[in-house]
Amino acid sequence: MSRSTLIVMGLIFSAAVLWVAFQSTDGSWTGVDESVIEHHAQQAGRVPIDPLINTDQGDLLLFLFLLAGAVAGFALGYTYRALRTTTEKPLE
Amino acid sequence: MKSARLNPTVGVITMTVAVILPDTAFAMHIAEGILEGTSVVVWSLACIPFLYLGLSKIKKESLQNPEHKLFVTLVGAGVFLISCMPIPVPIAGSCSHPCGTGLAAILIGPAPTVVVACIALLLQALFLAHGGLTTLGANLFAMGVAGAFIGYAVYRLARIIGIPMLWAVFLAGVASDWACYAATSFVLATALSQNESFVPLLKTFLLAFTPTQLPLGVLEGVLSMGAFRLIRVRLPNFLKPTNRVEALDV
Repeated sequence: MSRSTLIVMGLIFSAAVLWVAFQSTDGSWTGVDESVIEHHAQQAGRVPIDPLINTDQGDLLLFLFLLAGAVAGFALGYTYRALRTTTEKPLE
Repeated sequence: MKSARLNPTVGVITMTVAVILPDTAFAMHIAEGILEGTSVVVWSLACIPFLYLGLSKIKKESLQNPEHKLFVTLVGAGVFLISCMPIPVPIAGSCSHPCGTGLAAILIGPAPTVVVACIALLLQALFLAHGGLTTLGANLFAMGVAGAFIGYAVYRLARIIGIPMLWAVFLAGVASDWACYAATSFVLATALSQNESFVPLLKTFLLAFTPTQLPLGVLEGVLSMGAFRLIRVRLPNFLKPTNRVEALDV
């Protein structure tokens, strides 16, 4: 069996497992900050307020998360490359 | 001198994972406004000694090895990414994120981990509507202090009793994740227990976090193992000697 066939079969199997798992759950996929922390905080009379810079508006937050992921990914790649260069230097 | 061998695949995979995974901010940080004045001050003050110790250690190690700052940056970027990466947990029907501070504590030490966690949490609070400035101290205490120090303690203990290195990293990852959420439960229970007693509220929070965090903690342990193994193979010079000498014991 070729490698690409194995990869395709693996992807189909993973999708099937995920589909079954997600179908059998009736959760709303909210984060535990909403489902646990804010739920109990509101019961205790504490209502969360908007952050200082409220970026949770429309797709703005999605864009910022994408940007943050890209910047952090760049930082990871850049520092990894620089450190690899140091690691591969011959000992003097 | 031979130039560094670059692997474009690593770069592409890193960027792809970094861009795709952090989708929306549904995770565990305590939001702005949930803690009142006393809690805000107490938890912020509690973090200051750890931050001071961490900054001192980073400065000291950077004087000995100038590339140490780069390694701290690498670990910091990793903690930032991991801690804003919501993972759906099918059996719980909710999402949460790993912390990454257990692995970071093994790599750079627990006190410097508090510093990188502080930067990650500050950026999330300012720009990603994730956590908050008034709750920064509490979130840092849970994720940075409890996660890093308990994860590191479990790692050291596991090594002392002879558990192989990668399994010790796994245990540290699991322990740091669970410690983070236990600390969050403690913080919330102390802050919100005016109308009911502390212990039942603490139990409520711990039980509410359990379905999501039990499997996620195990996943964090596996992620920590994989990341540690990669660094041990690719960047062995930057591991502490205690993490290096038995590099092939698993």
